[in-house]
Order: sequence, then C-alpha cells, then structure tokens
Amino acid sequence: MFELSPTEWTAIQLSLRVAAVATLVATPLGIAIAWLLARRDFWGKAVVDALIHLPLVLPPVVTGYLLLLTFGRRGLIGAWLADHLGIVFAFRWTGAALACGIMSFPLLVRPIRLSIEAVDRRLEQAAGTLGAAPWRVFTTVTLPLALPGVLAGMVLGFAKAIGEFGATITFVSNIPGETQTISSAIYSLIQTPDGDTAALRLVVVSVVIAMAALVASEWFARRALRRLHGN
Amino acid sequence: MLRVDVSKQLGGFSIEASFASEGRVTGLFGASGAGKTSLINMIAGLLRPDRGSIAIDTETLDDTANRVHVPAHRRRIGYVFQDARLFPHLDVRQNLDYGRRMNRLADDPAQRAHVTDLLDIGGLLDRRPGQLSGGERQRVALGRALLAQPRLLLLDEPLGSLDEERKEEILPYLMRLRDEANVPMVYVSHDTGEMRQLATQVVILKRGRVIAFGGGEILPLAASPA
Repeated sequence: MFELSPTEWTAIQLSLRVAAVATLVATPLGIAIAWLLARRDFWGKAVVDALIHLPLVLPPVVTGYLLLLTFGRRGLIGAWLADHLGIVFAFRWTGAALACGIMSFPLLVRPIRLSIEAVDRRLEQAAGTLGAAPWRVFTTVTLPLALPGVLAGMVLGFAKAIGEFGATITFVSNIPGETQTISSAIYSLIQTPDGDTAALRLVVVSVVIAMAALVASEWFARRALRRLHGN
Repeated sequence: MLRVDVSKQLGGFSIEASFASEGRVTGLFGASGAGKTSLINMIAGLLRPDRGSIAIDTETLDDTANRVHVPAHRRRIGYVFQDARLFPHLDVRQNLDYGRRMNRLADDPAQRAHVTDLLDIGGLLDRRPGQLSGGERQRVALGRALLAQPRLLLLDEPLGSLDEERKEEILPYLMRLRDEANVPMVYVSHDTGEMRQLATQVVILKRGRVIAFGGGEILPLAASPA
C-alpha cells in the first residue's frame, strides 16, 4: 500500500524540482517588489499590487490560458524567447515552473512585504548617519531584519507551487516525466480504474509536504518577532 | 565651525533658524515643539531644508540656492538618538563596528579600546541590545556614533528617556566625551541643568526661531523652559 511506483516517484521529484526552481527564481524578484510596495510611493503602485494578486483571484485555467497565449510556441513572448534564446516553456517542465512561480507569487510577496513594513525606518535612518549608502542600508539592516519573513514567504510560495494544478495543466498539459506533477498525477489516477490506492498515496505525500511547510512558516514568523526585539 | 541658516515648513509649523557656532559643545535649548529635532535632522541630512545653507568649516552640506544636498551617509556626522536605535539583530560588538565597516575605515583596535574604556562598555560586547538597560543602550549608541569617526556629533536629548538616577550615571560620560573625544558636538535638550554642565555655547530656540545665542549665562534660571 505504501510502496510508491516509479511513475509516482517521478511525479514527486518533478513537483519538488518545479517548485524549487519556481521559488528560487521568484524570490529575488519578490523581495524587490515587496520592498517597492513597502517603502516607495510611485505612480501605478495600486496597479502593480493588483497585478501581483491577480493569480490569486482569477480562475487558474484563465491564468494558464493567458500563459499559453503569451509564452506558448506562437505566443508573443514565447516565440521570441524560442527564436532568440532557445528557451521553450510550452509543454516543458520549465513551463510548469513558470506557471507555479506566477501562481505562488502573491503568497511569496505578502509575508516579505509585511516583514519589510515592520522594520523600523528609524533604524534605517540611523544606519544612514553611520555612513551606510541606501543599498547597504538595505543589505545590512532591512533585509536581515526581514529575513524570517523572506523565508516564510519562500516556504509558503514553495507549498503553493507544489500544489498548483489548474494553470499548470492548462499551460503545459499532463505529460508523465515532463510536466506531470503530483497534482496532475492524482488527477489522472482518480480517472483511471483501480487508480484509487495510488492516488491516495500521493494525497498523503502532498498533505505531509503542505503541513511541513505551514509549520516551518509559523516557526520563521516566530523567529522574526524575536529578531525584531533584539533578544 | 558650524554654520546653519535654514528655513523649513512642516505642516503648520515653520522653522527659520540661523546661527554659527565654534563651541566644542553647542547646546540647542528649547521647549518640546520648538523645532530642535527638526533642526538637527537637517544638520544630519535626514531632513531637507526648503531654503538656506548648512556648512561645516569650508564644506557646504546644504545650499538650496546652488542645489547642493549632501546625503546623510556622506556627511560623516554622527547622531545619537533619544531612543538609541541600536540594531536589534547585531550584538554590541557588531553595532560598535557598523560605522567603521560602512565607511570602509581601517580597523583600529586602539581607537576601539579607547572608546569602550571611555564609555565603560567593554563588558557588554557580546550582548544583544534587548539585554541592555536604558543607560547601557545609550552608552553603546554613543560609542557606535564615535567609532564611525564623525567630524561632528549630534546628540538629541540622549538622556531624555532615562530616569534621574540613570541621567546622573550618563552625564559624567558625556563630560568626558566633551573633554577627551575631540569631536565637536551639538547637544539638544530642554534641561537647563544638562545645558549648564555640558554646553560651551547655547542657542535658544522658540517656536522654530533662534531667540538668543551666547554662553551658559543666557539660560533661564528655572529648571525647565515654559
């Protein structure tokens, strides 16, 4: 019952790879945008904020279809990337990572933004009077103090990426070994006669991953509080 | 020589202040709300004057007529805040070393030993700011500002958040600093006692305007201005 088949293993490994790549690539961008939203006022800020949160409220199939239109073989960006840089997203695991990265982005950005907002700006001023240029204030004061929030955001984003289904399957389909993640494998299995036990095994795996992520995220959040109080 | 001639509108409140001081400790004296903190924030470069100029010796830090504004991190002006503002994620040693790192100064163990001795903070080096008393925190903040090797040190009511007993504990350190540290200071306070003990020149500020400039004798006799 608890023996995982090679196909299931492949799906689990692929999910982990897709989610890890999505999270690692999205994190620097997420930190930059979180900082902009937390610390700067600029024209169009509300639009940027809404755009980031869009994947959270749009039907995932819509996000997936939009990705197909823009990043597909004949999509505006997809065709250019394929012709000039040889990067192909359509029906590849990289496309799954792109879909997961976009779908998990709001969950990644939010804790980072909140933790940057919680950093006392007077400490940043103090760093300035001690000779730190704005970029060094960010790397030596703001970012270290917001670090637990960054890690919490990464964990949440990773968990969301592992579980992503709708946008991924719409954009890159459900190809075993290439784009079949845990979610799409479960979807296939429950439509197959006698697939129930295998589906259940993958369900248990995804519950364990999700629980671990939530516990880790909570732990980072608690560390953040301790850090801000300097104990 | 510190020369300040600035005006700044802050909501319904305006500052128009002009003075030049050569004293080792320039006392900036006035009731709360007189504009003392805004004025030294302008000297520090944290607040930009609407009009006017600020200069130390021959170097212009602000000059609105010529669009000069040196940002805070290039001014080499130390600032000791009323609330210390130590970095909570760094221990005392790292807090003290921060200014040296940011200004890319060579490590100077003798200077470090001199400052930690002067302020009696050698025993606190491995502690986190959260584990310090209010007086200790303020001494570390003084040390941190000094070790960045500033050419001017601004102190904004550094005793303001301490009770009487703690004030008496810190005052002697400030006097030692004045006599031994060789850095000119601007000392902000609304306490005539502190002013008399520390300041060599006094600027009295009222509702954003300089109303008197001179030695300690210009201070009012009452313990605190109305």
